[in-house]
Amino acid sequence: MKRKALRAAFPHTIPILTGFGFLGFAYGVYMRVSGFSFWYPMLMSMTVFGGSLEFVAVSMLLAPFAPVQTFVMALLIQARHIFYGIAMLDKYRDVGPKRLYMIFGLCDETFSINCTARIPEGVDRGWFMFFVTLLDHAYWVASATLGGLAGALFTFDTAGLDFVMTSMFVVIFLEQWLKERRHASALIGLGASAACLALFGPDRFLVPAMLVILALLTAFRGPVGKAGDAA
Amino acid sequence: MTMTLAQRLVTIALCAAATVLTRFLPFLVFSSKKPTPRFVQYLGRALPGAVFGMLVVYCLRGVDVLAGSHGLPELIAIAVTAGLHLWKRQMLLSIAGGTVCYMLLVQLVF
Repeated sequence: MKRKALRAAFPHTIPILTGFGFLGFAYGVYMRVSGFSFWYPMLMSMTVFGGSLEFVAVSMLLAPFAPVQTFVMALLIQARHIFYGIAMLDKYRDVGPKRLYMIFGLCDETFSINCTARIPEGVDRGWFMFFVTLLDHAYWVASATLGGLAGALFTFDTAGLDFVMTSMFVVIFLEQWLKERRHASALIGLGASAACLALFGPDRFLVPAMLVILALLTAFRGPVGKAGDAA
Repeated sequence: MTMTLAQRLVTIALCAAATVLTRFLPFLVFSSKKPTPRFVQYLGRALPGAVFGMLVVYCLRGVDVLAGSHGLPELIAIAVTAGLHLWKRQMLLSIAGGTVCYMLLVQLVF
């Protein structure tokens, strides 16, 4: 039963293998050239398993210790997972104890497969979704670790490689923008953050920016609320 | 590095804890029988756009438009990233292209 589910799940994860292979590797290299041994990307890809946050965590690890800001920032970056969970309430209900791991590993990519994949007749749904989760997690850990190891071998000038994080967020932001019918929320995020950066400076702008974003989103609930996509 | 090993491990643990919390919360709080509160649904739609906007600004927080290269390499590389993405809509190509462009700019031009 497990074998059959694994064989059915694997083809669905091939696009993720490519994507994670690239991004995870870039993440590992980025950590290595930022001065971290390979076991940092390995540990973080295992335990955090959320690409955006792991990239941001590199900057946070290089800055002075700020536990409260780290936790709030992490919550905000990861808040979208709450909605993946809500969408999977039914699907993950009756799959037994392995649901604990499946919920732990419910990243964007795993969610999109498990939410939309048409699971063939005769394949156990629970094990199918379990193996999608496990394979995606394994791809991410393997490529981040490899990146961390390979980063030490890079002999060319890696100055500017950290821009991979900026590029990644520009692309995700753009994808989000193209998907929305109205852009109030995206503009609030950009505008409030830029204003707080100008006011408070690069080391202190995050917490005020997060508060202003939450306040504005709450205040303009009516107009912004209609802007979302169908998710 | 400014943090001690223990502080780094705590920082990583906090990131992991926040992630686990957001992933488990719905299964602990909501049931598939009752509808999710409307404000929570609203935040689910509205937050991602705002958060990724904030993260773009966060990435650029160190850029000084008044000194040095005035943020020109960043501006050009972002334009290349966005242009590639609007043209091909291939996430990895856009990210790789923008990054390589930035590396060339800071190493060879500015």
